[in-house]
Amino acid sequence: MSEMKVSAAPESTGAESVGGAERTQMQMILSRFLRHRAAMISLVVLVLIALTAFIGPLFWKWGHTIHLDIPPNQPPSADHPLGTTTAGHDVLGQLMRGAQQTLKVAFTVSIMGTVIGSLWGAAAGYYGGRVDAIMMRVVDVFMIVPLLVMVSAVAGNAQAGTTWYAVAFIIGFFSWAQIARVVRGVVLSLREQEFVEAARAAGASPGWIIVRHLLPNAAGPIIVAATLLIAVAILLEAGMSFLQFGIQPPDISLGQMINDARTAAATRPWLFYPPGVLLVVICLTINFIGDGLRDALDPRQTMVRR
Amino acid sequence: MTTTDQKTTEATAPTDSDVVLEVRDLSVTFPSDDGPLPAVREVSYVLRRGETLGIVGESGSGKSVTSMAIMGLLPKNARVEGSAKVLGQEVLGLKDAQISKVRGNRIAMIFQDPLTSLNPVYTVGYQISEAVLAHRKVGKKAAMDRALELLKLVGIPHPEQRIKQYPHELSGGMRQRVVIAIAMANEPDVIIADEPTTALDVTVQAQVLEALEAARRETGAAMVLITHDLGVVAGHVDRVGVMYGGRLVETGSVEDVFYRPRMPYALGLLGSLPRLDEERHERLTPIVGTPPSLLALPKGCAFAPRCPMARDICREEEPRLLTAAGGGERRPAVPEETGVHAAACHFSEELEGMGPGDLFKGMAADAATVEEAAEAEERAAEALEEVAEDAAQESAEKAAEEGAARSGKAGEVILTVQDLVKNFPIRSKGLLKRKIGEVQAVSGISLELRERETLALVGESGCGKSTTARLMLQLIKQTAGEVSYKGQALHTLSARQMRPLRRDLQLVFQDPFASLDPRMTVSDIVAEPMRIHGRNAKEARARVRELLDLVGLSPEHGSRYPHEFSGGQRQRIGIARALALNPKVLVLDEPVSALDVSIQAGVINLLEDLQEELGLSYLFVSHDLSVVKHIADRVAVMYLGKIVETGTTDQLFGAPAHPYTQALISAIPLPDPVKERTRERIVVTGDVPSPADPPSGCRFRTRCPKFAGVLSEAERTKCVEEPPELIDRGTGHRDACHYSEARELL
Repeated sequence: MSEMKVSAAPESTGAESVGGAERTQMQMILSRFLRHRAAMISLVVLVLIALTAFIGPLFWKWGHTIHLDIPPNQPPSADHPLGTTTAGHDVLGQLMRGAQQTLKVAFTVSIMGTVIGSLWGAAAGYYGGRVDAIMMRVVDVFMIVPLLVMVSAVAGNAQAGTTWYAVAFIIGFFSWAQIARVVRGVVLSLREQEFVEAARAAGASPGWIIVRHLLPNAAGPIIVAATLLIAVAILLEAGMSFLQFGIQPPDISLGQMINDARTAAATRPWLFYPPGVLLVVICLTINFIGDGLRDALDPRQTMVRR
Repeated sequence: MTTTDQKTTEATAPTDSDVVLEVRDLSVTFPSDDGPLPAVREVSYVLRRGETLGIVGESGSGKSVTSMAIMGLLPKNARVEGSAKVLGQEVLGLKDAQISKVRGNRIAMIFQDPLTSLNPVYTVGYQISEAVLAHRKVGKKAAMDRALELLKLVGIPHPEQRIKQYPHELSGGMRQRVVIAIAMANEPDVIIADEPTTALDVTVQAQVLEALEAARRETGAAMVLITHDLGVVAGHVDRVGVMYGGRLVETGSVEDVFYRPRMPYALGLLGSLPRLDEERHERLTPIVGTPPSLLALPKGCAFAPRCPMARDICREEEPRLLTAAGGGERRPAVPEETGVHAAACHFSEELEGMGPGDLFKGMAADAATVEEAAEAEERAAEALEEVAEDAAQESAEKAAEEGAARSGKAGEVILTVQDLVKNFPIRSKGLLKRKIGEVQAVSGISLELRERETLALVGESGCGKSTTARLMLQLIKQTAGEVSYKGQALHTLSARQMRPLRRDLQLVFQDPFASLDPRMTVSDIVAEPMRIHGRNAKEARARVRELLDLVGLSPEHGSRYPHEFSGGQRQRIGIARALALNPKVLVLDEPVSALDVSIQAGVINLLEDLQEELGLSYLFVSHDLSVVKHIADRVAVMYLGKIVETGTTDQLFGAPAHPYTQALISAIPLPDPVKERTRERIVVTGDVPSPADPPSGCRFRTRCPKFAGVLSEAERTKCVEEPPELIDRGTGHRDACHYSEARELL
């Protein structure tokens, strides 16, 4: 009764099928993710960064707002491991607070944009015809108007324009269009697949089909787009801060720090590199985690890529 | 790996001048992440001028890779060993520039898919003349003239117009002819045709095979015809090579291989084929298990795990290709001796006089090995005993039922459609999407499906049979007409009202690869219909195990993903899903046409068993008349959205009355060389017209052999002006032809 086609991966005969016990989908996805080395390392690094950013400020003596008690423009020393700024802030204190704000904004934007964009795109692609035409015209409007202009225009009028969640919601609301387009494209081809028809023949509702079949199968492109959106959100937030619409001093974000220090990269590197490197590391780890998630969600990937 | 001494034998063999292609010990290995993958192993054959060699095998047997290796078309990382000589010139390992001189000139190839083997942005004339210019120093004008000549040769009507057209303007059959014309362009010595008609309809297949034959005659080339279709092989080749697990396992003349197979695999293939020329009562005898993975080939004979007569030596020592002619010592087969019948089996002699039924009978098709099959057999025997008691009674009942079915009384009608019409709008591009035309997919069809009955809907692609099936399930909404299930009208129900009824009406799909969500486990897939209908997870889980068992899969397979299964197993998963809600009616949309022959038989048997056990009604949509004849009680033949003939299976195959049905039946190649070559043929010309603009009157008239040949002018006018009604010619056998006339074809 076990005419198993000997599958391509030898590991699957060894590690996976011990006892042939049934496992749930979730367990299998998890075990595939755990095997993805780059993603696991990235996840650990990102968690460490996040922990430092959120818990660190509670223990570090120099808060990000303190500046009058500190000598300005000091290179790294025992007292100030990452030096101090022109205005006399402790760079480490600012870095932790900045990373915290940036992470909050970036993740909120990414989740919001991905959820809105995926549902919008999947619905447009699934229903097709006129519904699709109208929904995609709306997407076009969001795509045509430059994001920064739109965000700035709205942010300037918003009451709570300088708190992190207001900034995140505003960016999130304007940045789902790209994902909607990607998802619609994938769904257009997926909905013609027979397994979708099979679900309809079993009596599944459109909502069921979109959530259970279309979105999981579009997970690859969605995750790629979501990780890209994180990077975009970080940059947008920095840009907004620069235009006085984002998170405002005395609060701080990584983008803002980099902006402040961009002329000082050569002369006072301690101002520029810590936030710069941290930003790159955050983006990289998120990308790797995205890779790992994509592979874990795709059962056809029998092994970790390269 | 065992044939090291073969070289010496061959060195002394003379090389005669007629040999155009000589393949010797050809092995192809692909490196893969999981170790070397031996796709082809020590294949040797010789092809003489004007000869046709058929190579048959299932998917993954290495038949295509062999020819790709000869053509030098394999990816760079493939390791090719051995030798392949075209007219004495070694072609393996040639540099790109050198092999280009041989390719297309001395040796040409025809691929399976005419859609992708032509370049969509050039006219067909340009593409043919390109092939001419590549090897001959002639002007563009001369090359175009040659192209025209070639188009005529392959039987394309109005070649002067066609030559200026682009591939998308031609139908599939036409395109394949263009590909044949390109292959012939330089009068090659060898033409390799790799599944040249697999993507085409049967009536078109007959035309294309004819064109191929013409091409071969014209150029005097030798041909290698690679196919999985034993019928095509029976009718069109002189010699056959059967491939399995990357090896040639049997070679010989068509008659030898078809009538006196000496390798259990060849015998099994023939036995697992539903046949048009045989009565349906006999159960198919599938080969157990699935073809071996090339990564983990068994140590001895590759077929041993599936072979009912395998013994210890079969699992230890790989058999060589030995002569198998009756009597005398068997000796290694020499490729030059093309007439000799050879088989790679330790026990060829024992197969003498054995039919496929004798060898494979009683084996459960789902077991991986023969041992497991034996166990399954035991269980089946117990079940059989119970059945046997009722057998006598049942057969009496059956006869009564059949008689009743003919008069249309018993076997209660469960699903009916009345005057069903479905037109798909063709819309303009752009924002407005105005309607600019209609595709008349289904135009006025009435059918009824009775309880415990199999009604087959047959026709070529584009005839509207799948659309009809989906209309009956209300997966798409009809333009006009009525559908009712057990007296309840379905066509007026909303999607929400329809939902509870979906439990009774389920669907099995053609493509076992596309019909299962690749991201769900098998358990989740089979459980989905139950979850949709609100059963809780625990209940569903228990039922899934039951269902997997029912379709011949192990319940432990539930936590695996679809891609880990072979095609036949996936189709079983699809069937399990369809059965999850205890349906009454199962619509089977080409359920076996994507499967290999040896697997197909197992699924057909399963469907028959399930019908018996669960009392299901089947609507069996198919283009394959052989399968239909085997499984159906009644048949309806469709052409361009209309039913042209319907009757019981015996009536329809015994005495088809409509010219289209006759043409369809006579176009199916029979896997029997003598019958296939001597039978009467009714050939239809051309392709199916566009359903957006069907012919007036009788829709078949544009291709009708009767219309073209027999009828008088006045009679033709009736065909043009008056659409024929579906009229009962007595005993429920109905056809839609003004001048129908029953004929016996088999």
